[in-house]
Amino acid sequence: MDTGTFRGLITLFLIIAMIGIALWAYSKRRKADFEEAANLPFADDDEQPTSDKHASLEGDSEVHSRHERGDKNR
Amino acid sequence: MSTALEHPTYNYKVVRQFAIMTVVWGIVGMTVGVILASQLVWPQLNLGLPWTSFGRLRPLHTNAVIFAFGGSALFATSYYVVQRTCQTRLFSDKLAAFTFWGWQAVIISAVVSLPMGYTTTKEYAELEWPINILIAVVWISYAIVFLMTIKKRTTSHIYVANWFFAAFILTVAVLHIVNNAAIPVTGMYSISIYAGAVDAMVQWWYGHNAVGFFLTAGFLGMMYYFVPKQAERPIYSYRLSIVHFWALIMIYMWAGPHHLHYTALPNWAQSLGMIMSIILLAPSWGGMINGMMTLSGAWHKLRTDPTLRFLVVALSFYGMSTFEGPMMAIKTVNALSHYTDWTIGHVHSGALGWVAMITIGSMYHLIPRVFGRTEMYSVNLIAVHFWLATIGTVLYIASMWVNGILQGLMWRAINPDGTLMYTFVESVEASAPGYFVRLIGGLFWVTGMLIMAYNVYMTVKRREAISHPAPQAA
Repeated sequence: MDTGTFRGLITLFLIIAMIGIALWAYSKRRKADFEEAANLPFADDDEQPTSDKHASLEGDSEVHSRHERGDKNR
Repeated sequence: MSTALEHPTYNYKVVRQFAIMTVVWGIVGMTVGVILASQLVWPQLNLGLPWTSFGRLRPLHTNAVIFAFGGSALFATSYYVVQRTCQTRLFSDKLAAFTFWGWQAVIISAVVSLPMGYTTTKEYAELEWPINILIAVVWISYAIVFLMTIKKRTTSHIYVANWFFAAFILTVAVLHIVNNAAIPVTGMYSISIYAGAVDAMVQWWYGHNAVGFFLTAGFLGMMYYFVPKQAERPIYSYRLSIVHFWALIMIYMWAGPHHLHYTALPNWAQSLGMIMSIILLAPSWGGMINGMMTLSGAWHKLRTDPTLRFLVVALSFYGMSTFEGPMMAIKTVNALSHYTDWTIGHVHSGALGWVAMITIGSMYHLIPRVFGRTEMYSVNLIAVHFWLATIGTVLYIASMWVNGILQGLMWRAINPDGTLMYTFVESVEASAPGYFVRLIGGLFWVTGMLIMAYNVYMTVKRREAISHPAPQAA
């Protein structure tokens, strides 16, 4: 096999790999797993500093921001 | 550091150290940038001394902002994100501490050796061989700490941000070692093992992937954690993030030759570099859209949250500069833009607009948390910083676009008899107003960073006032 053919095969392999990754990522079976993974940044929120007496931006954030929004739209 | 604030699980000490140094080196690096911008307006500011001349201070500026400011930010955020998303402590506290002190030693060596004139002459790889060996040792330690932390994770998944950080760490190790392979001649002088066009190609394979992996993949790791966190929403599409990751790393590697258009590099390599650069638009925008769409349903937060504004405007500049880049890689466009200030404008649209803004947004999220607070000392000062940074960036890139196109057109203008219409110095004279506007943009940026430093200082100080009822041993 000459170098050109070898390089062509590598390119072909990479294209197939890329299509494979896309199909794998978008397959229905992965959905639940990916949802779990996507929520990892929020998984350790129990360790938010609770001793702080000032108004918290996190923890009660959902209520806090809705309240904020309500105020602004008045 | 007070033991009262030590996190029971995570090593926040090294994160705090790197976070503080991010602000410090940001101010230093950008101040050197402002000095250089002033030298281009008033050349007398070279002071007639070799140590303060433009040629020696310029690599000091690039090394300080990329490796000291950007590098410290990447260490801080990667150590923070990997611990929190893997829910485990860093692999080794001692090795992590070594990466901090080792990296600071590298920066100090650069601050001393570059103004003294020691340089390999390779852009963004100017440091001489003894410092390069230290960089390699620190970087491999960094890789060990990061990858071993992923290995001992208590979660089943490896969050996508960690994939980007890991790719950045591994690739930079390979790039640094290959590009700096050299034969030492004296204590501070070495000769590259590559010659001629091969040397140039290796250099820009390194140079462009320093942009692609140090300044892009690493900061995308930041983006994938801090944007969802600050918006309080998971990433728009986790599937897209996976395709984004693999597409970006497969394609970035081949874009380097666009730095060598119309040089001794073989023509086919130039065309390959151009085509791969254009393809690169797709994964870049995939990532940008993924970050932006995370805010769908949360756009109102931008009104009240300047930290989130930093992160989102960073993504806008990322989208803009990753469109501009492929366009400039087209050979006919490059014929106009190359060697002009347009390139400098493009770099800063990426460096200030994307890299610095995503860093600052991430720091405003991270610093209060690792110092045991819920928010920064003053949210209003973050808003002031945001506007200073945005206006500064716009002034910078707009003036450089004007200058770049002006220079490109003046250099190629010819009289009917085929002689050049303008001398080079006429294009320099015509650039003077642009240089002045750029200086003002830089001053906006440094002012913003000083405000950030004050805000960070007050945040840390308040923390210490609360946590230090009595003097403690350090």
